[in-house]
Amino acid sequence: MSLYVDIKKNLGSFVLETKFEADGGVTGILGASGCGKSMTLRCIAGILKPDAGRIELDGRVFFDSEKKINLKPQQRHVGLLFQNYALFPNMTVWQNLMAALLPYEKEKSRAASSVRLVIKKFALDGLEKRKPGQLSGGQQQRVALARIFLSKPQVLLLDEPFSALDDFLKWKLELELSDLLEEFSGSTLFVSHSREEIYRLCDRVCVMEQGKSSPVIPIKQLFETPVSRAAAVLSGCKNYSRACPAGEGRVYAQDWGVTLEYEGDAPEPFHYIGVRSHYIYPVLSKDAAGKKNTFCCEIMRVVEDVFSIVILLQPKGAEGLEAEEENRKIRVEMTKEAWKEFCRREGTQKEMWIWIEGRDIMVLA
Amino acid sequence: MDWYPLYNSLRIALISSVIVFFSGIFTAYYIAKLHPVLKGILDVVLTLPLVLPPTVVGYFLLVVLGPRRCVGAWILEVFHTRLVMTWYSGIFAAAVVAFPLMYRTARGAFESFDETLAYSGQTLGLSNRYIFWRIRMPACRQGIMAGGVLAFARALGEYGATSMIAGYTPGKTATISTTVYQLWRTNNDTLAFRWVVVNVVISAVVLLIVNLLEKREKTSGGSHIHLSGRS
Repeated sequence: MSLYVDIKKNLGSFVLETKFEADGGVTGILGASGCGKSMTLRCIAGILKPDAGRIELDGRVFFDSEKKINLKPQQRHVGLLFQNYALFPNMTVWQNLMAALLPYEKEKSRAASSVRLVIKKFALDGLEKRKPGQLSGGQQQRVALARIFLSKPQVLLLDEPFSALDDFLKWKLELELSDLLEEFSGSTLFVSHSREEIYRLCDRVCVMEQGKSSPVIPIKQLFETPVSRAAAVLSGCKNYSRACPAGEGRVYAQDWGVTLEYEGDAPEPFHYIGVRSHYIYPVLSKDAAGKKNTFCCEIMRVVEDVFSIVILLQPKGAEGLEAEEENRKIRVEMTKEAWKEFCRREGTQKEMWIWIEGRDIMVLA
Repeated sequence: MDWYPLYNSLRIALISSVIVFFSGIFTAYYIAKLHPVLKGILDVVLTLPLVLPPTVVGYFLLVVLGPRRCVGAWILEVFHTRLVMTWYSGIFAAAVVAFPLMYRTARGAFESFDETLAYSGQTLGLSNRYIFWRIRMPACRQGIMAGGVLAFARALGEYGATSMIAGYTPGKTATISTTVYQLWRTNNDTLAFRWVVVNVVISAVVLLIVNLLEKREKTSGGSHIHLSGRS
Protein backbone atom coordinates (compact mmCIF):
# COMPACT_ATOMS: atom_id res chain seq x y z
CA MET A 1 0.00 0.00 0.00
CA SER A 2 1.65 3.17 -1.09
CA LEU A 3 0.41 6.65 -1.84
CA TYR A 4 2.63 8.94 -3.84
CA VAL A 5 1.86 12.66 -3.96
CA ASP A 6 3.82 15.33 -5.78
CA ILE A 7 1.66 18.33 -6.60
CA LYS A 8 1.78 22.04 -7.17
CA LYS A 9 -1.10 24.47 -7.01
CA ASN A 10 -0.85 28.21 -7.32
CA LEU A 11 -3.52 30.23 -5.53
CA GLY A 12 -2.10 33.68 -6.04
CA SER A 13 -1.06 34.64 -2.55
CA PHE A 14 -0.31 31.06 -1.65
CA VAL A 15 1.55 28.27 -3.43
CA LEU A 16 0.94 24.67 -2.45
CA GLU A 17 3.95 22.48 -3.13
CA THR A 18 3.67 19.06 -1.55
CA LYS A 19 5.71 15.98 -2.16
CA PHE A 20 5.60 12.89 -0.02
CA GLU A 21 5.09 9.17 -0.06
CA ALA A 22 3.03 7.25 2.48
CA ASP A 23 3.54 3.49 2.77
CA GLY A 24 0.89 1.71 4.79
CA GLY A 25 0.14 2.56 8.37
CA VAL A 26 -0.86 6.02 9.53
CA THR A 27 1.00 9.02 8.18
CA GLY A 28 0.40 12.34 9.86
CA ILE A 29 0.46 15.73 8.16
CA LEU A 30 1.28 18.27 10.82
CA GLY A 31 0.95 21.98 10.20
CA ALA A 32 -0.59 25.19 11.47
CA SER A 33 -4.06 26.08 10.18
CA GLY A 34 -3.95 27.54 6.69
CA CYS A 35 -0.75 25.74 5.69
CA GLY A 36 -2.46 23.73 2.94
CA LYS A 37 -3.05 20.43 4.74
CA SER A 38 -6.75 20.18 3.91
CA MET A 39 -6.06 21.36 0.39
CA THR A 40 -3.61 18.50 -0.09
CA LEU A 41 -6.25 16.00 1.01
CA ARG A 42 -8.78 17.54 -1.34
CA CYS A 43 -6.34 17.23 -4.23
CA ILE A 44 -5.83 13.54 -3.43
CA ALA A 45 -9.59 12.98 -3.25
CA GLY A 46 -10.07 14.73 -6.61
CA ILE A 47 -12.19 17.59 -5.32
CA LEU A 48 -9.49 20.11 -6.18
CA LYS A 49 -7.34 19.92 -9.28
CA PRO A 50 -3.62 20.66 -8.85
CA ASP A 51 -1.89 22.76 -11.51
CA ALA A 52 0.85 20.22 -12.02
CA GLY A 53 2.27 17.00 -10.65
CA ARG A 54 1.27 13.42 -10.02
CA ILE A 55 -0.83 11.48 -7.54
CA GLU A 56 -0.61 7.71 -7.49
CA LEU A 57 -2.04 4.99 -5.26
CA ASP A 58 -0.58 1.49 -5.58
CA GLY A 59 0.29 2.07 -9.21
CA ARG A 60 -3.13 3.54 -10.01
CA VAL A 61 -2.59 7.03 -11.37
CA PHE A 62 -5.17 9.48 -9.97
CA PHE A 63 -3.65 12.55 -11.49
CA ASP A 64 -0.84 13.21 -13.91
CA SER A 65 -0.57 16.64 -15.45
CA GLU A 66 1.87 15.47 -18.14
CA LYS A 67 -0.22 12.52 -19.28
CA LYS A 68 -3.39 14.58 -18.80
CA ILE A 69 -4.88 12.08 -16.39
CA ASN A 70 -7.37 13.35 -13.82
CA LEU A 71 -9.70 10.73 -12.38
CA LYS A 72 -13.07 11.85 -11.04
CA PRO A 73 -13.51 11.68 -7.27
CA GLN A 74 -16.01 8.88 -7.89
CA GLN A 75 -13.33 6.74 -9.57
CA ARG A 76 -10.65 7.17 -6.91
CA HIS A 77 -12.15 5.10 -4.07
CA VAL A 78 -10.80 7.41 -1.43
CA GLY A 79 -12.41 7.80 1.97
CA LEU A 80 -12.29 11.44 3.02
CA LEU A 81 -13.53 12.36 6.48
CA PHE A 82 -14.40 16.04 6.49
CA GLN A 83 -13.87 18.38 9.40
CA ASN A 84 -17.62 18.87 9.77
CA TYR A 85 -18.28 15.20 8.84
CA ALA A 86 -20.53 16.25 5.91
CA LEU A 87 -23.43 13.96 6.73
CA PHE A 88 -26.38 14.53 4.40
CA PRO A 89 -28.71 16.61 6.61
CA ASN A 90 -31.90 15.62 4.79
CA MET A 91 -31.33 11.90 5.32
CA THR A 92 -31.55 9.74 8.43
CA VAL A 93 -28.53 7.84 9.73
CA TRP A 94 -29.83 4.74 7.97
CA GLN A 95 -30.25 6.56 4.66
CA ASN A 96 -26.83 8.14 4.97
CA LEU A 97 -25.27 4.72 5.35
CA MET A 98 -27.35 3.18 2.56
CA ALA A 99 -26.28 6.00 0.24
CA ALA A 100 -22.65 4.92 0.63
CA LEU A 101 -23.49 1.48 -0.71
CA LEU A 102 -25.50 2.73 -3.68
CA PRO A 103 -22.57 2.75 -6.14
CA TYR A 104 -21.39 -0.76 -5.17
CA GLU A 105 -24.39 -2.77 -4.11
CA LYS A 106 -27.50 -2.81 -6.28
CA GLU A 107 -29.20 -5.51 -4.20
CA LYS A 108 -31.23 -3.69 -1.52
CA SER A 109 -31.41 -6.56 0.99
CA ARG A 110 -27.68 -7.22 0.85
CA ALA A 111 -26.98 -3.50 1.31
CA ALA A 112 -29.31 -3.43 4.31
CA SER A 113 -27.52 -6.35 5.98
CA SER A 114 -24.12 -4.66 5.44
CA VAL A 115 -25.49 -1.48 6.98
CA ARG A 116 -26.83 -3.44 9.97
CA LEU A 117 -23.37 -4.93 10.55
CA VAL A 118 -21.71 -1.54 10.42
CA ILE A 119 -24.31 -0.05 12.78
CA LYS A 120 -23.42 -2.70 15.32
CA LYS A 121 -19.67 -2.22 14.82
CA PHE A 122 -19.84 1.54 15.25
CA ALA A 123 -22.29 1.36 18.16
CA LEU A 124 -25.02 3.27 16.34
CA ASP A 125 -27.91 1.05 17.45
CA GLY A 126 -31.08 3.04 18.06
CA LEU A 127 -29.92 6.04 16.06
CA GLU A 128 -30.98 4.70 12.64
CA LYS A 129 -34.03 6.96 12.32
CA ARG A 130 -32.34 10.15 13.54
CA LYS A 131 -31.23 13.00 11.28
CA PRO A 132 -27.61 14.23 11.59
CA GLY A 133 -28.86 17.41 13.29
CA GLN A 134 -30.19 15.31 16.16
CA LEU A 135 -26.86 13.62 16.87
CA SER A 136 -24.01 14.68 19.14
CA GLY A 137 -20.62 15.55 17.63
CA GLY A 138 -19.19 12.17 18.57
CA GLN A 139 -22.15 10.29 17.09
CA GLN A 140 -21.88 12.31 13.89
CA GLN A 141 -18.24 11.34 13.60
CA ARG A 142 -19.04 7.67 14.08
CA VAL A 143 -21.74 7.81 11.41
CA ALA A 144 -19.34 9.57 9.03
CA LEU A 145 -16.63 6.95 9.65
CA ALA A 146 -19.14 4.12 9.28
CA ARG A 147 -20.30 5.63 5.99
CA ILE A 148 -16.73 5.83 4.72
CA PHE A 149 -15.98 2.23 5.71
CA LEU A 150 -19.08 1.01 3.87
CA SER A 151 -17.71 2.48 0.66
CA LYS A 152 -14.55 0.33 1.07
CA PRO A 153 -11.92 2.99 0.43
CA GLN A 154 -8.36 2.07 -0.50
CA VAL A 155 -6.93 5.02 1.34
CA LEU A 156 -8.31 6.91 4.29
CA LEU A 157 -7.95 10.68 4.53
CA LEU A 158 -8.85 12.21 7.88
CA ASP A 159 -9.13 16.00 7.95
CA GLU A 160 -8.84 17.31 11.53
CA PRO A 161 -11.35 14.74 12.75
CA PHE A 162 -11.40 16.06 16.31
CA SER A 163 -11.53 19.82 15.74
CA ALA A 164 -15.31 20.04 16.17
CA LEU A 165 -15.38 18.16 19.46
CA ASP A 166 -14.85 19.17 23.06
CA ASP A 167 -11.80 17.94 24.96
CA PHE A 168 -13.51 15.28 27.01
CA LEU A 169 -15.11 13.58 24.03
CA LYS A 170 -11.96 13.92 21.96
CA TRP A 171 -9.99 11.56 24.13
CA LYS A 172 -12.59 8.80 23.95
CA LEU A 173 -13.04 9.10 20.20
CA GLU A 174 -9.33 9.12 19.64
CA LEU A 175 -9.03 5.70 21.26
CA GLU A 176 -11.90 4.41 19.10
CA LEU A 177 -10.31 5.81 15.98
CA SER A 178 -6.96 4.32 16.89
CA ASP A 179 -8.52 0.83 17.08
CA LEU A 180 -10.24 1.39 13.79
CA LEU A 181 -7.06 2.48 12.04
CA GLU A 182 -5.29 -0.64 13.21
CA GLU A 183 -7.93 -2.77 11.48
CA PHE A 184 -7.78 -0.79 8.27
CA SER A 185 -5.60 -2.45 5.67
CA GLY A 186 -4.91 0.57 3.47
CA SER A 187 -2.84 3.67 4.13
CA THR A 188 -4.19 6.50 6.22
CA LEU A 189 -3.36 10.17 6.05
CA PHE A 190 -4.17 12.00 9.24
CA VAL A 191 -4.19 15.78 9.05
CA SER A 192 -4.01 17.82 12.22
CA HIS A 193 -2.57 20.94 13.77
CA SER A 194 -2.19 19.13 17.09
CA ARG A 195 1.19 17.52 17.68
CA GLU A 196 -0.27 15.45 20.54
CA GLU A 197 -2.90 13.85 18.28
CA ILE A 198 -0.30 13.17 15.61
CA TYR A 199 2.12 11.68 18.12
CA ARG A 200 -0.48 9.33 19.55
CA LEU A 201 -2.07 8.19 16.29
CA CYS A 202 0.62 8.23 13.60
CA ASP A 203 3.65 6.12 12.74
CA ARG A 204 5.26 8.72 10.52
CA VAL A 205 4.83 12.41 10.02
CA CYS A 206 5.24 15.00 7.31
CA VAL A 207 5.52 18.59 8.50
CA MET A 208 3.88 21.25 6.33
CA GLU A 209 4.62 24.92 6.48
CA GLN A 210 3.08 27.60 4.25
CA GLY A 211 2.19 25.14 1.54
CA LYS A 212 5.55 23.34 1.54
CA SER A 213 5.94 19.83 2.82
CA SER A 214 9.07 18.29 4.30
CA PRO A 215 10.06 14.62 3.87
CA VAL A 216 8.16 11.99 5.83
CA ILE A 217 10.03 10.97 8.98
CA PRO A 218 9.29 8.51 11.79
CA ILE A 219 7.18 10.21 14.42
CA LYS A 220 9.74 9.74 17.22
CA GLN A 221 12.37 11.53 15.17
CA LEU A 222 10.28 14.70 14.90
CA PHE A 223 10.01 15.01 18.65
CA GLU A 224 13.48 13.82 19.62
CA THR A 225 15.63 15.23 16.86
CA PRO A 226 13.82 17.78 14.73
CA VAL A 227 16.14 19.19 12.09
CA SER A 228 14.49 22.50 11.21
CA ARG A 229 13.17 25.25 13.37
CA ALA A 230 9.68 24.88 11.87
CA ALA A 231 9.64 21.20 12.79
CA ALA A 232 10.83 22.03 16.29
CA VAL A 233 8.09 24.65 16.71
CA LEU A 234 5.47 22.13 15.61
CA SER A 235 6.90 19.54 17.98
CA GLY A 236 6.20 21.96 20.84
CA CYS A 237 9.65 23.40 21.55
CA LYS A 238 9.36 26.99 22.82
CA ASN A 239 12.91 28.33 23.35
CA TYR A 240 15.12 29.35 20.45
CA SER A 241 18.20 31.38 19.80
CA ARG A 242 20.08 32.16 16.65
CA ALA A 243 23.33 30.27 16.80
CA CYS A 244 26.70 29.95 15.09
CA PRO A 245 29.52 27.37 15.45
CA ALA A 246 32.02 28.02 18.22
CA GLY A 247 34.45 25.17 17.87
CA GLU A 248 34.01 21.41 18.04
CA GLY A 249 30.72 20.53 19.79
CA ARG A 250 30.12 24.13 20.83
CA VAL A 251 27.71 26.83 19.67
CA TYR A 252 27.42 30.49 20.44
CA ALA A 253 23.76 31.40 21.13
CA GLN A 254 23.54 34.92 19.69
CA ASP A 255 20.24 35.89 21.25
CA TRP A 256 21.24 34.66 24.70
CA GLY A 257 24.85 35.79 24.67
CA VAL A 258 26.26 32.45 25.88
CA THR A 259 28.40 29.66 24.49
CA LEU A 260 26.97 26.18 25.00
CA GLU A 261 28.23 22.63 24.53
CA TYR A 262 26.02 20.16 22.72
CA GLU A 263 26.02 16.42 22.11
CA GLY A 264 24.84 14.61 19.02
CA ASP A 265 24.73 15.63 15.38
CA ALA A 266 24.24 19.11 13.99
CA PRO A 267 22.88 19.86 10.53
CA GLU A 268 25.22 21.64 8.16
CA PRO A 269 24.83 24.61 8.10
CA PHE A 270 22.76 25.41 11.18
CA HIS A 271 21.21 28.69 12.27
CA TYR A 272 19.32 28.02 15.48
CA ILE A 273 19.38 26.08 18.67
CA GLY A 274 16.24 25.07 20.54
CA VAL A 275 15.64 23.83 24.08
CA ARG A 276 12.40 22.47 25.47
CA SER A 277 11.05 24.25 28.55
CA HIS A 278 11.05 21.18 30.77
CA TYR A 279 14.72 20.43 29.98
CA ILE A 280 15.92 23.68 31.52
CA TYR A 281 16.88 23.20 35.17
CA PRO A 282 17.27 25.91 37.80
CA VAL A 283 20.56 25.84 39.71
CA LEU A 284 21.26 27.49 43.06
CA SER A 285 23.65 30.40 42.64
CA LYS A 286 26.19 28.90 45.08
CA ASP A 287 26.45 25.75 42.92
CA ALA A 288 26.64 27.58 39.62
CA ALA A 289 30.26 28.67 39.49
CA GLY A 290 32.34 26.82 36.92
CA LYS A 291 29.51 24.52 35.86
CA LYS A 292 29.31 24.22 32.07
CA ASN A 293 26.15 25.18 30.11
CA THR A 294 25.07 27.24 33.10
CA PHE A 295 24.22 30.92 32.94
CA CYS A 296 22.44 33.61 34.90
CA CYS A 297 19.09 35.11 33.86
CA GLU A 298 16.85 37.87 35.06
CA ILE A 299 13.34 36.75 36.02
CA MET A 300 10.93 38.79 33.89
CA ARG A 301 7.62 37.22 34.79
CA VAL A 302 6.19 34.34 36.78
CA VAL A 303 2.97 32.87 35.46
CA GLU A 304 0.97 30.39 37.47
CA ASP A 305 -0.48 27.61 35.31
CA VAL A 306 -3.00 24.95 36.34
CA PHE A 307 -0.47 22.40 37.58
CA SER A 308 2.84 24.17 37.13
CA ILE A 309 4.70 27.46 37.25
CA VAL A 310 5.99 29.07 34.06
CA ILE A 311 8.91 31.46 34.48
CA LEU A 312 10.00 33.84 31.74
CA LEU A 313 13.71 34.62 31.87
CA GLN A 314 16.02 36.96 30.05
CA PRO A 315 19.67 35.90 29.91
CA LYS A 316 21.96 38.46 31.55
CA GLY A 317 24.46 37.92 28.74
CA ALA A 318 21.85 39.16 26.25
CA GLU A 319 21.74 42.67 27.66
CA GLY A 320 22.82 45.13 25.02
CA LEU A 321 22.76 42.45 22.34
CA GLU A 322 20.56 42.89 19.31
CA ALA A 323 18.43 39.88 20.03
CA GLU A 324 15.43 38.77 18.02
CA GLU A 325 12.59 39.87 20.26
CA GLU A 326 10.73 36.56 20.21
CA ASN A 327 13.94 34.67 21.09
CA ARG A 328 15.00 36.89 23.94
CA LYS A 329 12.80 35.24 26.52
CA ILE A 330 13.54 31.77 27.87
CA ARG A 331 10.61 29.81 29.20
CA VAL A 332 11.14 27.47 32.11
CA GLU A 333 8.47 25.20 33.51
CA MET A 334 8.58 23.61 36.96
CA THR A 335 6.21 22.21 39.53
CA LYS A 336 4.75 24.60 42.11
CA GLU A 337 6.64 22.77 44.90
CA ALA A 338 9.98 23.10 43.11
CA TRP A 339 9.39 26.84 42.60
CA LYS A 340 8.52 27.31 46.28
CA GLU A 341 11.63 25.40 47.30
CA PHE A 342 13.77 27.48 44.91
CA CYS A 343 12.46 30.76 46.34
CA ARG A 344 13.02 29.58 49.91
CA ARG A 345 16.60 28.50 49.33
CA GLU A 346 17.65 31.31 47.02
CA GLY A 347 15.85 34.04 48.96
CA THR A 348 15.30 36.12 45.82
CA GLN A 349 12.90 36.20 42.90
CA LYS A 350 14.98 38.57 40.78
CA GLU A 351 17.35 36.20 39.05
CA MET A 352 17.85 32.54 38.37
CA TRP A 353 20.82 30.43 37.27
CA ILE A 354 19.84 27.78 34.75
CA TRP A 355 21.57 24.68 33.47
CA ILE A 356 20.91 22.91 30.15
CA GLU A 357 22.25 19.42 29.53
CA GLY A 358 24.25 19.08 26.30
CA ARG A 359 22.08 16.29 24.91
CA ASP A 360 18.93 18.44 25.32
CA ILE A 361 20.20 21.16 23.02
CA MET A 362 18.70 20.77 19.56
CA VAL A 363 20.84 22.23 16.81
CA LEU A 364 18.50 23.34 14.02
CA ALA A 365 18.84 24.35 10.40
CA MET B 1 -69.50 38.62 -13.18
CA ASP B 2 -67.43 37.05 -15.95
CA TRP B 3 -64.71 34.92 -14.31
CA TYR B 4 -62.61 34.59 -17.47
CA PRO B 5 -59.87 37.06 -16.29
CA LEU B 6 -59.33 34.97 -13.10
CA TYR B 7 -59.05 31.78 -15.13
CA ASN B 8 -56.73 33.40 -17.66
CA SER B 9 -54.57 35.04 -14.99
CA LEU B 10 -54.19 31.79 -13.08
CA ARG B 11 -53.27 29.71 -16.13
CA ILE B 12 -50.76 32.31 -17.34
CA ALA B 13 -49.23 32.54 -13.86
CA LEU B 14 -49.13 28.77 -13.39
CA ILE B 15 -47.61 27.93 -16.76
CA SER B 16 -45.08 30.74 -16.65
CA SER B 17 -44.03 29.98 -13.07
CA VAL B 18 -43.50 26.30 -13.93
CA ILE B 19 -41.27 27.35 -16.84
CA VAL B 20 -39.46 29.87 -14.69
CA PHE B 21 -39.15 27.42 -11.78
CA PHE B 22 -37.05 24.92 -13.72
CA SER B 23 -35.17 27.34 -15.96
CA GLY B 24 -34.36 29.51 -12.92
CA ILE B 25 -32.98 26.56 -10.94
CA PHE B 26 -30.79 25.27 -13.74
CA THR B 27 -29.54 28.71 -14.73
CA ALA B 28 -28.67 29.44 -11.10
CA TYR B 29 -26.88 26.10 -10.76
CA TYR B 30 -24.81 26.38 -13.92
CA ILE B 31 -24.03 30.09 -13.66
CA ALA B 32 -22.47 29.51 -10.23
CA LYS B 33 -19.81 27.36 -11.92
CA LEU B 34 -18.82 29.89 -14.61
CA HIS B 35 -15.84 32.19 -14.77
CA PRO B 36 -16.40 35.25 -12.51
CA VAL B 37 -16.39 37.75 -15.41
CA LEU B 38 -18.90 35.81 -17.50
CA LYS B 39 -20.90 35.18 -14.34
CA GLY B 40 -21.05 38.91 -13.59
CA ILE B 41 -22.24 39.79 -17.09
CA LEU B 42 -24.89 37.07 -17.25
CA ASP B 43 -26.05 37.94 -13.77
CA VAL B 44 -26.76 41.53 -14.81
CA VAL B 45 -28.57 40.46 -17.99
CA LEU B 46 -30.71 37.90 -16.18
CA THR B 47 -31.62 40.23 -13.34
CA LEU B 48 -32.43 43.25 -15.56
CA PRO B 49 -36.12 42.40 -16.01
CA LEU B 50 -36.51 42.79 -12.25
CA VAL B 51 -35.50 46.43 -12.29
CA LEU B 52 -36.57 47.56 -15.77
CA PRO B 53 -40.03 49.11 -16.16
CA PRO B 54 -42.36 46.35 -17.41
CA THR B 55 -43.18 48.49 -20.46
CA VAL B 56 -39.53 48.36 -21.47
CA VAL B 57 -39.62 44.57 -21.13
CA GLY B 58 -42.80 44.62 -23.22
CA TYR B 59 -41.03 46.67 -25.85
CA PHE B 60 -38.18 44.16 -26.05
CA LEU B 61 -40.63 41.29 -26.27
CA LEU B 62 -42.46 42.96 -29.13
CA VAL B 63 -39.16 43.56 -30.89
CA VAL B 64 -38.36 39.84 -30.70
CA LEU B 65 -41.79 38.20 -30.97
CA GLY B 66 -43.72 40.67 -33.13
CA PRO B 67 -45.11 39.18 -36.39
CA ARG B 68 -42.72 41.20 -38.52
CA ARG B 69 -39.68 40.62 -36.27
CA CYS B 70 -37.09 37.84 -36.29
CA VAL B 71 -38.52 35.10 -34.05
CA GLY B 72 -42.13 36.15 -34.45
CA ALA B 73 -41.94 36.15 -38.25
CA TRP B 74 -40.27 32.74 -38.34
CA ILE B 75 -42.87 31.17 -36.05
CA LEU B 76 -45.64 32.74 -38.12
CA GLU B 77 -44.18 31.30 -41.31
CA VAL B 78 -43.46 27.81 -40.01
CA PHE B 79 -46.31 27.26 -37.51
CA HIS B 80 -48.81 29.85 -38.79
CA THR B 81 -49.13 31.07 -35.24
CA ARG B 82 -48.97 34.60 -33.95
CA LEU B 83 -47.07 35.10 -30.71
CA VAL B 84 -48.58 38.45 -29.78
CA MET B 85 -52.11 39.51 -28.89
CA THR B 86 -53.14 35.96 -27.89
CA TRP B 87 -53.84 34.58 -24.40
CA TYR B 88 -50.50 32.79 -24.26
CA SER B 89 -48.61 35.99 -25.10
CA GLY B 90 -49.17 36.78 -21.43
CA ILE B 91 -47.02 33.74 -20.57
CA PHE B 92 -43.99 35.26 -22.29
CA ALA B 93 -44.42 38.53 -20.46
CA ALA B 94 -45.02 36.91 -17.07
CA ALA B 95 -42.14 34.46 -17.50
CA VAL B 96 -39.58 37.12 -18.40
CA VAL B 97 -40.61 39.39 -15.55
CA ALA B 98 -40.80 36.61 -12.94
CA PHE B 99 -37.60 34.84 -14.00
CA PRO B 100 -35.16 37.03 -12.00
CA LEU B 101 -37.06 36.36 -8.77
CA MET B 102 -36.73 32.62 -9.19
CA TYR B 103 -33.17 32.81 -10.42
CA ARG B 104 -32.05 35.08 -7.57
CA THR B 105 -33.65 33.08 -4.77
CA ALA B 106 -32.43 29.78 -6.19
CA ARG B 107 -28.92 31.19 -6.50
CA GLY B 108 -29.03 32.41 -2.90
CA ALA B 109 -30.15 28.97 -1.75
CA PHE B 110 -27.39 27.25 -3.75
CA GLU B 111 -24.77 29.66 -2.45
CA SER B 112 -25.61 28.89 1.16
CA PHE B 113 -25.39 25.17 0.43
CA ASP B 114 -22.50 23.50 2.25
CA GLU B 115 -20.36 22.37 -0.68
CA THR B 116 -18.58 19.73 1.42
CA LEU B 117 -21.82 17.72 1.28
CA ALA B 118 -21.46 17.46 -2.49
CA TYR B 119 -17.75 16.66 -2.14
CA SER B 120 -18.37 13.90 0.36
CA GLY B 121 -21.02 12.48 -1.97
CA GLN B 122 -18.48 12.44 -4.79
CA THR B 123 -15.79 10.72 -2.75
CA LEU B 124 -18.37 8.12 -1.70
CA GLY B 125 -18.83 7.38 -5.39
CA LEU B 126 -22.30 8.90 -5.79
CA SER B 127 -23.14 10.27 -9.23
CA ASN B 128 -23.41 14.01 -9.74
CA ARG B 129 -27.04 13.56 -10.75
CA TYR B 130 -27.81 11.78 -7.47
CA ILE B 131 -26.01 14.50 -5.53
CA PHE B 132 -28.01 17.22 -7.29
CA TRP B 133 -31.46 15.68 -6.86
CA ARG B 134 -31.09 13.85 -3.54
CA ILE B 135 -28.70 16.08 -1.59
CA ARG B 136 -28.43 19.57 -3.03
CA MET B 137 -32.09 20.08 -3.94
CA PRO B 138 -33.51 18.80 -0.63
CA ALA B 139 -31.03 20.93 1.30
CA CYS B 140 -32.07 24.01 -0.69
CA ARG B 141 -35.73 23.01 -0.82
CA GLN B 142 -37.22 25.80 1.24
CA GLY B 143 -35.36 28.58 -0.56
CA ILE B 144 -36.26 27.17 -3.94
CA MET B 145 -39.92 26.74 -3.03
CA ALA B 146 -40.08 30.29 -1.71
CA GLY B 147 -38.58 31.47 -5.03
CA GLY B 148 -41.24 29.55 -6.93
CA VAL B 149 -44.06 31.06 -4.93
CA LEU B 150 -42.66 34.57 -5.34
CA ALA B 151 -42.31 34.02 -9.08
CA PHE B 152 -45.92 32.85 -9.20
CA ALA B 153 -47.09 35.94 -7.32
CA ARG B 154 -45.14 38.23 -9.62
CA ALA B 155 -46.48 36.43 -12.72
CA LEU B 156 -50.02 36.77 -11.41
CA GLY B 157 -49.63 40.54 -10.93
CA GLU B 158 -47.94 41.21 -14.28
CA TYR B 159 -49.51 44.20 -16.04
CA GLY B 160 -47.13 46.38 -18.05
CA ALA B 161 -45.49 43.93 -20.42
CA THR B 162 -48.71 41.90 -20.69
CA SER B 163 -50.75 44.91 -21.75
CA MET B 164 -48.25 45.61 -24.52
CA ILE B 165 -47.81 42.10 -25.86
CA ALA B 166 -51.25 40.60 -25.17
CA GLY B 167 -53.40 43.72 -24.99
CA TYR B 168 -56.92 43.61 -23.55
CA THR B 169 -59.55 41.58 -25.37
CA PRO B 170 -62.43 40.52 -23.08
CA GLY B 171 -62.80 36.76 -23.05
CA LYS B 172 -59.51 36.29 -24.90
CA THR B 173 -56.49 38.03 -23.43
CA ALA B 174 -58.02 39.74 -20.40
CA THR B 175 -56.23 39.11 -17.10
CA ILE B 176 -57.17 40.39 -13.64
CA SER B 177 -54.74 43.29 -13.81
CA THR B 178 -55.72 44.44 -17.31
CA THR B 179 -59.39 44.00 -16.41
CA VAL B 180 -59.09 46.22 -13.34
CA TYR B 181 -57.54 48.96 -15.46
CA GLN B 182 -60.14 48.61 -18.19
CA LEU B 183 -63.06 48.66 -15.71
CA TRP B 184 -61.72 51.68 -13.91
CA ARG B 185 -61.12 53.47 -17.20
CA THR B 186 -64.74 52.85 -18.21
CA ASN B 187 -66.07 54.08 -14.82
CA ASN B 188 -67.19 50.62 -13.72
CA ASP B 189 -66.04 51.16 -10.13
CA THR B 190 -68.04 48.40 -8.43
CA LEU B 191 -66.78 45.65 -10.71
CA ALA B 192 -63.23 47.01 -10.59
CA PHE B 193 -63.41 46.89 -6.80
CA ARG B 194 -64.49 43.24 -6.86
CA TRP B 195 -61.51 42.29 -8.98
CA VAL B 196 -59.24 44.27 -6.69
CA VAL B 197 -60.53 42.24 -3.73
CA VAL B 198 -59.96 38.97 -5.62
CA ASN B 199 -56.42 40.03 -6.47
CA VAL B 200 -55.59 41.13 -2.92
CA VAL B 201 -56.88 37.84 -1.50
CA ILE B 202 -54.79 35.73 -3.87
CA SER B 203 -51.63 37.79 -3.28
CA ALA B 204 -52.11 37.70 0.50
CA VAL B 205 -52.44 33.92 0.45
CA VAL B 206 -49.30 33.61 -1.64
CA LEU B 207 -47.29 35.83 0.70
CA LEU B 208 -48.60 33.87 3.68
CA ILE B 209 -47.24 30.70 2.09
CA VAL B 210 -43.83 32.36 1.59
CA ASN B 211 -43.73 33.39 5.25
CA LEU B 212 -44.67 29.92 6.42
CA LEU B 213 -41.93 28.41 4.28
CA GLU B 214 -39.35 30.81 5.67
CA LYS B 215 -40.40 30.08 9.22
CA ARG B 216 -40.07 26.36 8.66
CA GLU B 217 -36.63 26.90 7.19
CA LYS B 218 -35.53 28.76 10.29
CA THR B 219 -36.76 26.14 12.75
CA SER B 220 -35.45 23.13 10.86
CA GLY B 221 -32.28 24.59 9.37
CA GLY B 222 -30.36 25.52 12.50
CA SER B 223 -29.77 22.09 13.92
CA HIS B 224 -27.09 20.86 11.53
CA ILE B 225 -23.53 21.89 12.33
CA HIS B 226 -21.97 24.02 9.62
CA LEU B 227 -18.24 24.54 9.86
CA SER B 228 -16.46 26.21 7.03
CA GLY B 229 -13.74 23.98 5.65
CA ARG B 230 -10.38 25.51 6.39
CA SER B 231 -7.67 25.68 3.75
